[in-house]
Amino acid sequence: MRIIYQLWLRQILKYVRSKSRIIGAVGQPLLFLLALGYGLGSVFQRAGQGNYIEFLVPGIITQTILFASIFWGINIIFDRIWGFLKETMVAPVSRLRIFVGSVLGGATTSLLQGLLVLIVSLFLGFRPYSWEGVLLAALIMAVLAVSITSLGAGMGSITDNIPGFQSINQFLIFPLYFLSSSIFPIDTAPDVLKIIASLNPISYAVDALRFALINQTHFGIGLDLVVLFGTMVVLIGFGTFCFRRIQA
Amino acid sequence: MTNDAIKLEHVSKKFDDFTAVNDISLTVKEGEIFAFLGPNGAGKSTTIKMLTTLLRPTGGTLELAGNNVVTHPDAARKSFGVVFQDPSLDDDLTAYENMTLHAALYSVPKTGLRERIEQLLALVELKERENHLVKTFSGGMKRRLEIARGLLHKPHILFMDEPTLGLDTQTRQLLWDYVTKLSRENDMTIFFTTHYLEEAEMVAGRIAIIDHGKIIALGTDQELKQQTGTDSLEKAYLKLTGTKVRDEEVSDADNRASRIRARRIR
Repeated sequence: MRIIYQLWLRQILKYVRSKSRIIGAVGQPLLFLLALGYGLGSVFQRAGQGNYIEFLVPGIITQTILFASIFWGINIIFDRIWGFLKETMVAPVSRLRIFVGSVLGGATTSLLQGLLVLIVSLFLGFRPYSWEGVLLAALIMAVLAVSITSLGAGMGSITDNIPGFQSINQFLIFPLYFLSSSIFPIDTAPDVLKIIASLNPISYAVDALRFALINQTHFGIGLDLVVLFGTMVVLIGFGTFCFRRIQA
Repeated sequence: MTNDAIKLEHVSKKFDDFTAVNDISLTVKEGEIFAFLGPNGAGKSTTIKMLTTLLRPTGGTLELAGNNVVTHPDAARKSFGVVFQDPSLDDDLTAYENMTLHAALYSVPKTGLRERIEQLLALVELKERENHLVKTFSGGMKRRLEIARGLLHKPHILFMDEPTLGLDTQTRQLLWDYVTKLSRENDMTIFFTTHYLEEAEMVAGRIAIIDHGKIIALGTDQELKQQTGTDSLEKAYLKLTGTKVRDEEVSDADNRASRIRARRIR
């Protein structure tokens, strides 16, 4: 436990010491929220779908966690390039514990960013449906953060250069984000998009957050949670598999 | 009876068709300071990587304080500290935080930990900088911190791969003063590589010279000089390894190969 805690703490310390990361992390989602929320809000309303900001906030929180988590994987590459990885590899500690401590630390920073966006959205007029719902939302955000951070860590373990890591992940993450129900409602989408979005686990994260925060759901919270936890198990498996094969 | 701290028997390491280390055997006694010399690409770093469990040998056995490196890696890992050729610190953490992280990695007891860390930082003259981020440190300070960190879990053996590379003469002198003192006081075995032959002459009890993956000479500096009929270690070294400049690509290929093919022993 001690080493997991220390590696977790390491990630937190590195994060709070990097002011640019914190500003960047909240800046981008805020931009999306303002541009989409206010820009498309009237169109959305005219189409009879209600308040767009309310609809959008769960999607933007998902986006924040998704991007922060996957790009956290770059830290694995940095550790290799700057040599810290060797320090952990010659230590009498299992690879799994190193992975768990680091990923929990990375996931915590993503979760904090998601919560920060939720707080900012309150100032933009967003009102959660209930406080119990906010607690459920935090749990969903944590599950999403752990899942995608594991994916990012896995990708960081099998890529050895930063441009490669970035292009692969952009290629991976943009379709996952845009082909989910983050920024449009599934119910009224064309059939092809409906099918694609239903196969995308990110849709279930957004849907679960919508249930928790604004009491709307497309798939039903039960199915959402099953898909979310299932995805988490698979991605943790993927991450540990790749991380075990990493070389200093 | 003195025990062997480091024991290599018929150790080989092949990368595809390139043999980096070719059937080497040697033993280093407890408390001994042992220099491992050789031109670039001769197999020095590959040997250190095998000894420190970063690379798995293709043949032979390696033992550290009686623990087989391949079959009992964690017991072997507990027995050594290592100062790598390249830094392995976290620049975004303070010197003190790097030390506490290391203590957790090696399960160093928490009681008395603060005192021990401060004592070690004082030893390498970094006590005043303990709460500064490592990224503000100079190359010499980082190397000193790595040495302090490598000693934190009281290892029996300290591996150092070109520990003085790129350091000025004063810092090098200081560093060897600490290290030899520590070795004397704690009966700690030191195994190091260097390109500065005068360092080997100054501190090492015995010296091995490796070239093309084979040990071509082994003995005290006096023995090596006698064997070659020369009056300095540098001349003896050149006589043994030749004056031809080694193709740097060999060492690069070696590094690349080890990065690609390396399998950490689990």
